[in-house]
Amino acid sequence: MPAILVEHISKQFSGVKALDDISFSIDNGELFGFIGPDGAGKTTLFRILTTLLLPDSGTAMVNGLDVVNDYLRIRQDIGYMPGRFSLYSDLSVEENLNFYATVFGTTIAENYELIRDIYIQIEPFKKRMAGKLSGGMKQKLALSCALIHKPSVLILDEPTTGVDAVSRLEFWEMLKRLKNSGITIAVATPYMDEASLCDRVALIQNGKLMAVSTPIEVTKTYPWKLFSVKADDIFGLLNDLRNFPGVHTVFAFGQAAHVSFKDRQTGEEKLVEYLQMKGHTGISVHSADANIEDCFMELMIKT
Amino acid sequence: MKRFLGFIVKEFYHIFRDYRTLLILFGLPAVQLLLFGYVITNEIKDARIAILDQSKDEITRRISEKVLSSGYFILDKNLRSVSEIGQVFRQGNVKLVLIFGPDFSKNLDKTGNARVQIVADASDPNTASILVNYIQGILSNYLISLNAEKIPMQIVPEVRMMYNGQMKGVYMFVPGLMAMLLMLISALMTSLSITKEKELGTMELLLVSPLKPIQIIIGKVFPYVFLAFIDACIIILLGNTVFGVPVVGSVGLLLAESFLYICMALSLGILISTITSSQQIAMMLSLVALMLPTILLSGFIFPVENMPWILQVFCHIMPPKYFITIIKSIMLQGNGFRYIAFETFIMLGFTLFFIFLSVKKFKIRLA
Repeated sequence: MPAILVEHISKQFSGVKALDDISFSIDNGELFGFIGPDGAGKTTLFRILTTLLLPDSGTAMVNGLDVVNDYLRIRQDIGYMPGRFSLYSDLSVEENLNFYATVFGTTIAENYELIRDIYIQIEPFKKRMAGKLSGGMKQKLALSCALIHKPSVLILDEPTTGVDAVSRLEFWEMLKRLKNSGITIAVATPYMDEASLCDRVALIQNGKLMAVSTPIEVTKTYPWKLFSVKADDIFGLLNDLRNFPGVHTVFAFGQAAHVSFKDRQTGEEKLVEYLQMKGHTGISVHSADANIEDCFMELMIKT
Repeated sequence: MKRFLGFIVKEFYHIFRDYRTLLILFGLPAVQLLLFGYVITNEIKDARIAILDQSKDEITRRISEKVLSSGYFILDKNLRSVSEIGQVFRQGNVKLVLIFGPDFSKNLDKTGNARVQIVADASDPNTASILVNYIQGILSNYLISLNAEKIPMQIVPEVRMMYNGQMKGVYMFVPGLMAMLLMLISALMTSLSITKEKELGTMELLLVSPLKPIQIIIGKVFPYVFLAFIDACIIILLGNTVFGVPVVGSVGLLLAESFLYICMALSLGILISTITSSQQIAMMLSLVALMLPTILLSGFIFPVENMPWILQVFCHIMPPKYFITIIKSIMLQGNGFRYIAFETFIMLGFTLFFIFLSVKKFKIRLA
């Protein structure tokens, strides 16, 4: 039995389709990522899974329990971290954690093992009011609160949004450890680079799932020939590349541009020649493997 | 049960860490009571008057003495001529001028008809008519004592103002204030604290927890039952010690009825919070939809009997009206439960109705 099973879920908000006939399943102990831009439908999907919203049509099961009829039992089993910081800012770190432990009928001591790795980092500040914590610490506290009742399924809505790069990395390390202890994790994120850290990912856009697969499988489906191009004047480079005959897409990735060609015959030499003719300096061109973001962009163009 | 207790502990943290809430909770009742008690008063003490005595005989002097020793009036000036009357009014200190005609006692003896004129500053009509009434009372009292031996038959009405012998305004304001403040604290504070959870998004987590809706509601409301009850005691105590408003009837019954009223107001607050999700709207609803009717339509300040029938209908569906009737009956008349059973049942009915509606409307989900 999969931990989460969703079949043909649709949800509209005053005529706008937030979710459009979505189906997928998440296995027990899987770390499953939903990747997509803001407004793609991630939060709506998670609210349906956490029994906070009713789907217009379709069924969704968590641990074999229906989200509509068995909502009370599901609420015992899941840990949920909403996208917005939703703890009490006028309560201290310890009081927040204590409150959620009591509400779920447990104590901090009872499940301390589970949250120790995370909580130990914020424990020095346990007397501090939650509202005065930094972004990263708030997320750690929220995760601790979501975990304190030992849920079997953890649902995290954009846990790393607004968190610095180092804290993000730490956070994903923690998710890995939680996954290894057998907890099923569904996590939504707008950051493409986090996708490769998941067991499987679903690319979501405009309420539709565009691909559900392992990160590697997703990148393998990329159909075109791809180059990574660098030059000193990156802005001019992007413009010139777009005017190159036969070019399919040009996207900036940090200091480099990813250029794809539908025509597999296009070679590096031709590209270098063209750029030199345009007067660029410091040119470097490699053929590259597609990453998740390339695939995502490609899927967005198709739809 | 442990979950529920944990919830209540959390609520008390919220309240005690927010000094503004505390200030409203405990400062407001005291300040309001003192304001209403001292500022809005119908009684008149030490009103300044001027006297123009054109005969200056024994009788006019005796009447003047009676007027000035009554405690209501202070002599501002003795006038010498009629022309000064307009002048003292324009100066603004004097509220009333008492004028005795010439040959006052001579006329009284000869014709039995002496003239006295009362001129009052009616730019404040209420004060003017009260002052005129006082003077007339003193005059007719004097006349009766003067004629006691001469007239064989007379009707002397002996007026007694029951339950509020000195016609003190505070007797009216304390019950009214209690109804108003308990409504404010209970309904406003609970509706705010519940909508606050919605606004901050913490309601999302509470809903996902195994807490039942009824536990969330009661947990949010419980601290306010407790605090509003303390407020009720503060108002009764202050009313008693500062203004001397008695509690003639049973204190236990009074507190029990206050408790019922608090529950009614709280259930209204819950109802408000279930139909809105923003603190601002909750506040507007509580203030406009609850406070104004409590002040205007409950018989607190304006008598219900004098209103047009359509407003009277509204008055009868205002719960505070019944509460004010109840506490007046207990505090001032000393009545037992038998006399207020009807009002009590109506309040109970309101409470159950609001709770029923709130539980029905409480959303177990976000939308």
